[in-house]
Amino acid sequence: MPAAAPPDPAARPPAGAPAAAPRLHVVTGKGGTGKTTVAAALALALATGGRRVLLAEVENRQGIAQLFDTPPLPYEERRVAVAPGHGQVAALAIDAEEALLDYLDMFYNLRRGGQLLKRLGAIDFATTIAPGLRDVLLTGKLKEAVERRTAPKRTGDRVYDAVVLDAPPTGRIARFLNVTAEVGSLARVGPVKAQADSVQRVLHSPTTLVHVVTVLEEMPVQETIDGVVELRAADLPVGHLIVNMKREPYAIPRRLTKTSVTAGLAAAGLATDRELVDGLVEEAAEHATRLTLQEREMRELEELGLPIAALPRLAEPADLGALYRLAELLAEQGLTGGRP
Amino acid sequence: MTSLDIDPLLADAKVIVCCGSGGVGKTTTAAALALHAAERGRRTVVLTIDPARRLAQSMGLVELGNHPSRVPGVAGELDAMMLDMKRTFDEIVLAHSDPGRAEQIFANPFYQSLSSSFAGTQEYMAMEKLGQLAAQRRWDLIVVDTPPTRSALDFLDAPEKLGRFLDGRLLRMLLAPAKAGGKAYLKVMNAGLSVVTRAMTKIIGAQVLTDVQQFVGSLETMFGGFRERADATYRMLATPGTAFLVVAAPEPAALREASFFTERLAAEGMPLAGVVVNRVHRPAARLGVARAVNAAEDLAEVGGHPTIVELLRLHAEQTRLADRDEALVERFTRAHPDVPIRQLPAFAHDVHDLDGLRSIGLELTR
Repeated sequence: MPAAAPPDPAARPPAGAPAAAPRLHVVTGKGGTGKTTVAAALALALATGGRRVLLAEVENRQGIAQLFDTPPLPYEERRVAVAPGHGQVAALAIDAEEALLDYLDMFYNLRRGGQLLKRLGAIDFATTIAPGLRDVLLTGKLKEAVERRTAPKRTGDRVYDAVVLDAPPTGRIARFLNVTAEVGSLARVGPVKAQADSVQRVLHSPTTLVHVVTVLEEMPVQETIDGVVELRAADLPVGHLIVNMKREPYAIPRRLTKTSVTAGLAAAGLATDRELVDGLVEEAAEHATRLTLQEREMRELEELGLPIAALPRLAEPADLGALYRLAELLAEQGLTGGRP
Repeated sequence: MTSLDIDPLLADAKVIVCCGSGGVGKTTTAAALALHAAERGRRTVVLTIDPARRLAQSMGLVELGNHPSRVPGVAGELDAMMLDMKRTFDEIVLAHSDPGRAEQIFANPFYQSLSSSFAGTQEYMAMEKLGQLAAQRRWDLIVVDTPPTRSALDFLDAPEKLGRFLDGRLLRMLLAPAKAGGKAYLKVMNAGLSVVTRAMTKIIGAQVLTDVQQFVGSLETMFGGFRERADATYRMLATPGTAFLVVAAPEPAALREASFFTERLAAEGMPLAGVVVNRVHRPAARLGVARAVNAAEDLAEVGGHPTIVELLRLHAEQTRLADRDEALVERFTRAHPDVPIRQLPAFAHDVHDLDGLRSIGLELTR
């Protein structure tokens, strides 16, 4: 196991200096850790108090639409939720093909040529032979949203106070964000290189934070540690570790005797049959095992020296109500739209 | 709900493909099935894609051999291997060209990019490796774990995608428009193509196209091969000896993927054995949420027995989680009443040794 790199003090703004509020929040995590749910809750947390937030996804999964219970998202920004205090969350499913057509149109006036490329399947072809190209297009669209201002161009207000990305999983995140390196071997000069460089600058600036979602189990934690090491090596700014689905501890002593359980159940006016007593004792033992495991994994995470936010495991389905609750919990733990 | 019977499946199938979205325990399920079959006397090999480190170690997969090796400590014949997609690709190239040409291909930047990062290469190579293992006829049963993709369908689509790309007319036309010149009817097409080539050069750069051209030139002889091999493996997957096992977890996204996949398999006439739902919460006691919560409240009011109050609250939470899981699984079974299902409890421990796999195997076949 590679040792975790110590936190790099140079990567953070010096104490006392006014820190630029991060505006692009990239949310990654291993599959099954609830990355999309956390990204959506973070968008709501950041929007609370009247801010405008864009929640974007890049993997054609339509996970956001399913969470917010809206029809599939087109390549177009749509409001999906409001946040307390007149905040707004818009959502966008970024599609590489559409982003490329945008790009050709913007830089080369090639909309018609672009349509022809699309019909011929050439775009699929281009992103196939140059896999880095897809990521440049996706991150390029993100950068555009982060920097967009209302008319008159360049002088108006920012359209979004923050952009939250439901990003590719931990295993691919460093590569996804390290766009220059990715296209480096393919496009050494030219427009793609220039585009990649400008995206790279935004992604590596204090404007951007990468948050890693994990659950307190061995494999996801290991993947989180590996991912953070990779992100640091690529000089990408890591924000919070977000522990999802954390079990709440119940104050039950490890040595639980069946006699005391029986007595307690009797006092509560419940049946005291063996099946119930044994079952409850078994549940307590399993809970203790999980807590021990959780604590061990938590210590592993703490060694990374990053701020940690935790969200409980909810027994209710992840609907809008649950998202608001998770958003409140994130805000309470410092993940808000204000300055850190 | 139809219950999925794993024992006859392990006794009869020649190939079991475990698929499902990422993070649902696919690799562990595949390994547990393979171990169980091997210890029931079938010569078994398991092809894993990206096992957790400690699980890999316990199966003797410390070196990336890209070929099966015997798993120690098994009461039977179990071989295991971890897929190395780049090496698998390299081996295909070596097998189909002379050493000089192979060197040329390996040095090509486009080949390097294609063999290590093309989105469908891993799936294609998993399919290729499966074909190779089947052709060796050394095993009674091959268990395949599929790459961790966002969508379980990628495993079925990627080989076709890579094959189509490598065999593609567009690729050929783009790279050799000169060859097609001269004929009048092709001129119009060429005019369109030059727009395309111009745009492509702008987007990806002339160098990339040159690299691709060289790569295609040196691969010329094996092109048809890619498509044919992928097709042959695909056909094998549709035969009765094969069984697809969809792995899921009681999460809406994972079950939605499972849903898509079962529908797709049915549409393609692929043999679906059933769905394994991992990590299902089951309370050990049967008291129910309402009674546990009420009793905890009453007891807390009276005072005393603080441990029992906590114990009852814990039970209420466990039962709520179990109810939620049950509702999710039920939604799936209502939509797919004929798909056999097996649910596995959520284990408190991670599995990273043969004994852990054995207990999962027992749970699966109980």
